[in-house]
Amino acid sequence: MLIKNRHAWQESENAVTPEGVYVNRRNFLRAGLAGGAAIAGLGSGLSSAFAAEDRVLAPLTYRLTNIDPGEEQTPFNAVTQYNNFYEYGTDKDDPAKNAWRLQPKPWSVTVDGMVDKPGTYGLEDVIDFKGLQERIYRLRCVEAWSMVIPWIGVPLGPVLQKFGIQSGAKYVRFETLADKKQMPGIKWPVLDWPYEEGLRLDEAMNELAFLAVGLYGNELPNQNGAPIRLVVPWKYGFKSIKSIVRISLTDKEPSTSWSKANAREYGFYSNVNPDVDHPRWSQKRERRIGEFARRETLMFNGYGDLVADLYKGMDLKANY
Amino acid sequence: MQLLSVPFLRRYGKPVVFALLLVPAAILVHNWWLAFEGLPNDLGFNPQEASNRFTGDWTLRMLLLALAITPLSKLLNSPKPILFRRMVGLYAFFYACLHIASYLWLDKYFAWGEVWADILKRIYITVGMAAFVLLIPLAVTSTRGWVRRLGSKNWQRLHKAVYAIGVLAVIHFIMMRKGFQVEPLIYAAILAALLISRVPEWVRKARRRNRKAAAA
Repeated sequence: MLIKNRHAWQESENAVTPEGVYVNRRNFLRAGLAGGAAIAGLGSGLSSAFAAEDRVLAPLTYRLTNIDPGEEQTPFNAVTQYNNFYEYGTDKDDPAKNAWRLQPKPWSVTVDGMVDKPGTYGLEDVIDFKGLQERIYRLRCVEAWSMVIPWIGVPLGPVLQKFGIQSGAKYVRFETLADKKQMPGIKWPVLDWPYEEGLRLDEAMNELAFLAVGLYGNELPNQNGAPIRLVVPWKYGFKSIKSIVRISLTDKEPSTSWSKANAREYGFYSNVNPDVDHPRWSQKRERRIGEFARRETLMFNGYGDLVADLYKGMDLKANY
Repeated sequence: MQLLSVPFLRRYGKPVVFALLLVPAAILVHNWWLAFEGLPNDLGFNPQEASNRFTGDWTLRMLLLALAITPLSKLLNSPKPILFRRMVGLYAFFYACLHIASYLWLDKYFAWGEVWADILKRIYITVGMAAFVLLIPLAVTSTRGWVRRLGSKNWQRLHKAVYAIGVLAVIHFIMMRKGFQVEPLIYAAILAALLISRVPEWVRKARRRNRKAAAA
């Protein structure tokens, strides 16, 4: 990735490039690549992604925290080129190839349901960019691979409180953008778009629940769920919904995209649990991206100290 | 046409097709060699997953190619494509072996307990393994000696199992993908077309058999 440090006196490139050119720059590149790709056709199943990122990712100002598993961080290239973001395609390298279409600025989030101050807010009104912090979390995908990622953002709980949680609210529902123009993947009915996820309110208020706006020091790359995404490190990755446009407080358990697609395979809770197998993948071990052998999966992804109390007395086999 | 005569195809066509169908495997092995040398390669960030998928894709492609040869020969009204059928079928078996090796060695690193649990509990793996097991006798009996030993009638009957293998392989692929995905359905559609293309022939044969039975 090219990181450009622009001087104050320099115009940004997009200010001096006609919109038609930069919006279609990929097509322009592809036209040139098509010839080469035809020759390399046989190997295309393994060919690597095109350059991942065009957006200049602004650096963020944030404070460090001691939230760090002390494990080797997954390299930036892997974090940004090996993604599940089905709105951009179902292959792991599709998001890095296609997410340039996402327009994360300006961005607004609708807050509704059982809150005192419902409305549509600009990103800056949801996230206090002066109070950002870095947290290094493990991310465990339900497909039995994992990463360690330095996120930048704010805890979710205080953000919700800002909008005034009404008594009686028991759940939080999140929704991802679903715009055909920005997301080529949603022309396929892979899932029932828009993508939706949810947490129980006490889970959302847990200190680990985090709204991320950046990683590795800079703003979130598009393919990682720019400009604002959830990170709930004790749950499988698909719970950490990307590119959020709506946050709703409700008194009913929200439906979630994956459990709608296949209720037997994906439940509402989806806590990382090596003892509850997924019908498709054994969850006992995982492949940390960058390592050859598998490692043991930890209960609650290693965050049991902070979250196990949320599930006291619950049958985690039934509430998977 | 002299250029495409049977002796010519036997002598030059077969080695060319043999080399061509080996290319994907060569690409894979080359990339793993690069990976073990610590050199840049095309295996991506999860090389085990990439290998599983790559070998699975090519197994399915070889299976469909093998199933396409008889209809092609009917279409061209020429027996020449049949010259390549055994080779393509054996390539399907070869890529299936690579697929299994990728899963057992690279992915599971011979964790037999886990593999066994996978086969019993994860239906898409059960289905895939069933397809592989069914493929073994077809590969073993692919030689002329085995055709003679079994008799051509029995041999043909045995090798009809390839239709079931094709169906199982496509089901395995559909089940492996999450959500509703198009790519495996394209393979399913091609398989369906190849099977349907055989239906008129099956009907004709069944009628002939009935007529014979009625005459007897």
